[in-house]
Amino acid sequence: MKKPVLRVQDLTVTFNSVTGNVFHRQERRNRAVDGISFELFAGETLGVVGESASGKSTLARAILGLIKPNRGRVMWLGENLTELDEESMRQRRKELQIVFQDPVASLDPRMTAGDIIAEPLWNFYPNMDRLQVDERTRGMMKMVGLLPNQINRYPHEFSSGQCQRIGIARALVLNPRLLICDEPVSALDVSIQAQVVNLLKDLQKKLGLALIFIAHDLSVVRHISDRVMVIYMGQAMEVSCKESLYRKPLHPYTNALIKSVPLPDPKLAAEARRENWLTGDMPSPFDRPRGCTFHDRCPYRVKRCEADVPALRKMEEGDWVACHRAEDLDLSIEEE
Amino acid sequence: MALLDVRGLEVEFDTPEGVVRAVTGLNFSLEPGEALAIVGESGSGKSQMMMAIMGLLAENGRARGSARFQGEELMGMKAAELNRIRGSKIAMIFQDPMTSLNPYLNIETQMVEVLRHHQGMKRSEARAHAVEMLNAVRIPDAEERIRQYPHEYSGGMQQRVMIAMGLLCEPDLLIADEPTTALDVTVQAQIMQLMRELSEKTRMSLIMITHDLAVVAEVADRIMVMYAGEVVETGTADQIFYAPCHPYTQGLLASVPRLDRLDTDDLHAIPGNPPNLLELPDGCRFRERCSQASAACLERPPVWETEDGRSSRCVLRPEGAVMREKAAGAAAEEAE
Amino acid sequence: MSEKSSPAPSVEDAFALAMEPEDVRGRSLWTDAWHRLLKNRAALVSGVIMTLMILAVVFGPWLVPWEADFTDWDHTSAPPSLETGHWFGTDPVGRDILARTLEGGRISLLVGLIATLVSLVIGVGYGAIAGYYGGVTDRIMMRFVDVIYALPFMFFVILLMVVFGRNIILIFVAIGAVNWLDMARIVRGQTLSLKNTEFVEAAQACGVDHRSIIRRHIVPNLLGVVMVYVTLTIPQVILVESFLSFLGLGVQEPMSSWGALINDGAQDMESAPWTLVFPAAFLTVTLYCFNYLGDGMRDALDPKDHV
Repeated sequence: MKKPVLRVQDLTVTFNSVTGNVFHRQERRNRAVDGISFELFAGETLGVVGESASGKSTLARAILGLIKPNRGRVMWLGENLTELDEESMRQRRKELQIVFQDPVASLDPRMTAGDIIAEPLWNFYPNMDRLQVDERTRGMMKMVGLLPNQINRYPHEFSSGQCQRIGIARALVLNPRLLICDEPVSALDVSIQAQVVNLLKDLQKKLGLALIFIAHDLSVVRHISDRVMVIYMGQAMEVSCKESLYRKPLHPYTNALIKSVPLPDPKLAAEARRENWLTGDMPSPFDRPRGCTFHDRCPYRVKRCEADVPALRKMEEGDWVACHRAEDLDLSIEEE
Repeated sequence: MALLDVRGLEVEFDTPEGVVRAVTGLNFSLEPGEALAIVGESGSGKSQMMMAIMGLLAENGRARGSARFQGEELMGMKAAELNRIRGSKIAMIFQDPMTSLNPYLNIETQMVEVLRHHQGMKRSEARAHAVEMLNAVRIPDAEERIRQYPHEYSGGMQQRVMIAMGLLCEPDLLIADEPTTALDVTVQAQIMQLMRELSEKTRMSLIMITHDLAVVAEVADRIMVMYAGEVVETGTADQIFYAPCHPYTQGLLASVPRLDRLDTDDLHAIPGNPPNLLELPDGCRFRERCSQASAACLERPPVWETEDGRSSRCVLRPEGAVMREKAAGAAAEEAE
Repeated sequence: MSEKSSPAPSVEDAFALAMEPEDVRGRSLWTDAWHRLLKNRAALVSGVIMTLMILAVVFGPWLVPWEADFTDWDHTSAPPSLETGHWFGTDPVGRDILARTLEGGRISLLVGLIATLVSLVIGVGYGAIAGYYGGVTDRIMMRFVDVIYALPFMFFVILLMVVFGRNIILIFVAIGAVNWLDMARIVRGQTLSLKNTEFVEAAQACGVDHRSIIRRHIVPNLLGVVMVYVTLTIPQVILVESFLSFLGLGVQEPMSSWGALINDGAQDMESAPWTLVFPAAFLTVTLYCFNYLGDGMRDALDPKDHV
């Protein structure tokens, strides 16, 4: 039995905000990430999909230790990262890397592309001589589809798609085993999105990475994921393998997300809207609904949903869902 | 008479690196009650075109050409005249509603200001009309919420308020520049549905500017595809989505991740990057990325038109089309 | 990841290397800013004038036929004239004003430069550390700044003078010791906003340690603001020194600075106005030029007309 390289258990990150004045302090708690658990195997891609306030970015940062979680464990190759001291964690960063959402903002505007990619090398291998660093940097640039002769150019001289490639090269230069991509294509044009997604797929196959691909809608994620986790307000609603999630989602929120993806087909687009799949707006993270967090927007809710919080439980096909009505709902997507 | 008729529009910007030709030789017209979608990636000139028509170009921008709105020439119109039209006859909403709303004024004040300025309404009358508009865009509890401040609304609701503000004076034309790009996908779906209903109910014309072809599938009557400052294809929604002529449109459609076709995992990508507007290639601007390019593409391609309103700027001739604009060096012949 | 040196390239590798196109030169943001600065006429003219001024005060005293402290008994309180050779005239003791002005310029500009350098080095380091580490460190460090800020400057200088005597080095120290406070505050503010940028977060995610982040990412991105502030600090410092000299607390005879010259000139204002006018003019022009340069740099580094 293969062992997972990453196992996240009950991860919780809480942000506090203090409002009010001297006489009447109000502390409000926002559980941005609320008890998330999942496993990831080498060579596997987990797609993580959530809208705003879902906590997906916070989740990414908590896994990498950029934010300290309040509760829970992050087991990387059997070691609990949350318990490591700063220096040990810093050493682990060789194996855990991240690609950010905004390709331009994640690059220091005053450093050349070559320096940006080489910085992790300077950091962990200070004794590497300049020629070796140069060679490796150019190799990385070629691997991500950039011309090595651009090595002395600055971020503002590249397009955003190319900046994202620089970011990917930087993330991979240390040969990490886990790559978290935090909405890597959201800020890119549609035609460039496809290029970067294909690039990540190729790189993953070539390097055997474990990949977590975070996105705000289900469409892009499908092409690269093996399994998909759907998050709503910090909680996992469904974790299913790709084949079943898109054909037969188990959770009403997943269903709503699928139906929300715009189809480039006028006839189908018009039909998809006729059913009522979602009501209202997302509640404020500080005022969570009681019971199931999704219940006030769910077209399938029953009395029980207002009181009991559904736990994430396993269904027969091996997929997980957090819904009281998972057994009796049939949300199969009809195909042409 | 066409509501809006644009002929020969050219927009240029003076930058330290040279003259950027953002829009070249643009022609289109819009009928009353029609919904036109202008689709293009970054650098296509789609936003700059509307800015030029509305007199909102940046200081280093210059525009030439003609844009007649209800017979009146908008290009070169004095600011005072333009202000009369902007807001009352033509309304614009932009991408990020948070930056379009004044954070220091409550919604009521901002909406009432528009009505009193443009329509000369009394305060009580204006308030009633504003509440009615908020109800039309489905803001819950409009009567109370109108007194709230923008930050108390979610992103989706803010955008709905922007739409409501745009509709206050019952304009003949609503221009929406990437209205849903900054919003969650479920909210995006709701907003698009709303815009479709509103445009069907009133006889308002709609121009939607976006980089996401799929988003306009349910709203648009006609679609205009732009690339590197030129229109490369126009047609009805059915024509563009089901039988696109231009290779760029075809590539764009193929790059959109679709959830209704689950058979393949591969994502089609258009290779290469959009051209640098400072150094546009000779001949067809798309040829360096075009899978169907040939030697003929080194000349400026002709514009074909069909009887049912289709047009395409390409060496490839659509069925039943006649040449509207000659290619460079070729005589203007009627070709069958 | 191998740390051995790579093997010598084979013939195929060498051929492949030769076939690759040459590296393209990058155009950094500094280059862009420099070009923008050159287009700013006021800044350009100021730059030229300042360069001439610096050349004049450095080399001038050797070109002028008199030493600054040479007393020409034939021409005391002589008005400026070309025949006597005293182009700027002489003071009541017969010293050539031109020579004195140029020598005084050396001291004034030196004070401006060195004191600013001192405040730069201390201020940037202090502010970056306080801003980056934040928390208790930041609070303690900035409270310290607040306390020193509250001390009356003049009192401090007089104290130093009394304890250590009137010394030119002392003036540098005194002024530098006060100016770094402003620099530290500004740098801390900038650091706070830079700390939250994504590229700093990216560096942290790559395991870069704090000192390297400050050195490699924070400080270079601060330099824009710092440079602008420096060009505005130098005139400030020169003025402070002039004020001290005017009060008699600055440089001692026979050394002179523009402030001391203005002090002397003010006393003879009615009988020999040229003793006041020329040093004052030099000081004023210098202050103007630095201010225009500072404005120009700020505009160059923060362009508003981006497409």
